[in-house]
Amino acid sequence: MFINSLLTNFAALEVGQHLYWQIGNIRLHGQVFLTSWILLGALLVFISLGTKKMENDPKGLQNLLEFLWDYIRDLARTQIGEKVYRDWMPFIGTLFLFVFISNWGGALIPWKLIKLPSGELGAPTADINTTIALALLVSLSYFYAGLSNKGWRYFEYYVHPTPIMLPFKILEDFTKPLSLSFRLFGNILADELVVGVLVFLVPLILPIPVMFLGLFTSAIQALIFATLAAYYIGEAVEEHH
Amino acid sequence: MLAFNFFGATEGGLFDINATLPLMAIQVVALTYILNSLFFKPVGNVVEKREKFVSNNIIKAKNKLSEVKKLEADLLTQLQSARTEAQRIVSEAENESDKLYKEALELANNEANASKEKARLEIESQTSAARDQLSKQADDLSELIVNRLILEK
Repeated sequence: MFINSLLTNFAALEVGQHLYWQIGNIRLHGQVFLTSWILLGALLVFISLGTKKMENDPKGLQNLLEFLWDYIRDLARTQIGEKVYRDWMPFIGTLFLFVFISNWGGALIPWKLIKLPSGELGAPTADINTTIALALLVSLSYFYAGLSNKGWRYFEYYVHPTPIMLPFKILEDFTKPLSLSFRLFGNILADELVVGVLVFLVPLILPIPVMFLGLFTSAIQALIFATLAAYYIGEAVEEHH
Repeated sequence: MLAFNFFGATEGGLFDINATLPLMAIQVVALTYILNSLFFKPVGNVVEKREKFVSNNIIKAKNKLSEVKKLEADLLTQLQSARTEAQRIVSEAENESDKLYKEALELANNEANASKEKARLEIESQTSAARDQLSKQADDLSELIVNRLILEK
């Protein structure tokens, strides 16, 4: 196959290769965990520095963190609604922050400088496992949100406004995690591949606008993921009258 | 599966799904709890405390403003009534002084007229007295002249 041989020849890209960790019977993609631990460590350090000395008149990092908090609250409140957004704000915020730092960390940090025996470091969200994990968490969340808020009445949603909707609504439960995971995975992987190929072909100047486009896409994808997650939860807890 | 090895990696490939998935899910759930206690709760407390403080102050300020407006309106009505009262007093005083002035003027006029009349009468009587005296003296003189003329004859 042409594409097959083309991609294997681009040894520098190492598409679809992983650093395998073997623990007993289970196998893990080590590079995903390595990058996510580095990025999450940086995030936690950043946050604990910013919240170390909280004041009523915010200064420096606290300002930034409060802006972030406000942004996430607005996102959660507009999508989920005034009544229960408080319960879900940490989850939505974590999704947003995790996806955002994964995307940007993957794009901004020159991981190529660190050589791995197999595979390469990159955005954790460019691995299908990560995005499916996030999407399934979202699915579980909206089921839990619906059931805990409305009990069995949650299933009225499936026949609302008419029972004709039932098959489509059931189908949606499968398409929601599928689209969530593949959208994120595809965008970030495509971004990494485009930048990788361009850097490989034309190492100077030309990749820079594409890199900026990649940063833009990465931020947008984080926002889309968090917004959709919040929207699904909001849809599940919404009261029909 | 062929489809999963489409991109030509020796093992795995792009769609290699394994234990990374559940572990990543657990990691994200753990991260949610960590971020909740490190970030969302403390920052939320501070922000909401401040928002409460600000809204309380706004309510207080609004209350004070309405109080001020009420007092202002009160003062305005008081001022207006005071003004009309003052106008009334001033016009009353003006009327009174006018009356007094007119009375005094009349009195003075009467007095002046009376004294003028008196003076006129006095002048008249004196004039007639002087005339009488003059005519008497003229009579005396004429008698004297007549007597001397008679004697010389």
